[in-house]
Amino acid sequence: MIRVQKEDFDISEEISSLNRRNVGALASFVGLVRDSNNEITAMTLEHYPGMTEKKLAEIETEARRRWNLQDCLIIHRYGRLEPGDNIVMVIAASRHRQSALEACAFLIDWLKTSAPFWKYEERNQGAEWVKARTSDTIASKKWKTS
Amino acid sequence: MKLLYFAWVKQKIGIGDEEITLPDEVNTLEHLVMWLSQLGPGYREALADLSIIRFAVNQEFANLDHPVTDSDEVAIFPPVTGG
Repeated sequence: MIRVQKEDFDISEEISSLNRRNVGALASFVGLVRDSNNEITAMTLEHYPGMTEKKLAEIETEARRRWNLQDCLIIHRYGRLEPGDNIVMVIAASRHRQSALEACAFLIDWLKTSAPFWKYEERNQGAEWVKARTSDTIASKKWKTS
Repeated sequence: MKLLYFAWVKQKIGIGDEEITLPDEVNTLEHLVMWLSQLGPGYREALADLSIIRFAVNQEFANLDHPVTDSDEVAIFPPVTGG
């Protein structure tokens, strides 16, 4: 399942809500607004409504194709957030830990380079759009061959 | 054609979306970019460096040689930074 929302989410509630039938492992990742050296006062996430949902659904489908998942959840927030706030959560539920852990890493790596979100950071010294990171592209590409 | 702009592309152009009618000679993303760049300084500045611009046609990522028609939805934006 995928959700794109402005509101916050409750991590333990989301984990509890997943299908637990035949599940031995839940792997989750939560991304937060990081405040590097007390510089960032807020981060606004913009997205492309329509394409965002489409790409997140494709990412979920691809994860389910590659690993035998009993359940899968992607939540991504948009709007203005502050340091420490939740941005994104992915959970993969599987019979065994290896597929859950791998699928979880895949979900967040692919999301970072293929879901149409953009981050705008407000800092003490002005504001700017966050630049894409080469390391994220490399992390995403490593899954192409598997 | 429906055009959508996001992040700093939107800021530089000054609007988030617009409807345009394509001239006959515009039939790829590359032609579209060249044509848009002539519409004003905001467009020219936003589209000056295509190495930091990405495109979607009908909500799928597309390269500059991708064909476009009046019935398409085209989005222009910087590389994505979600997650």
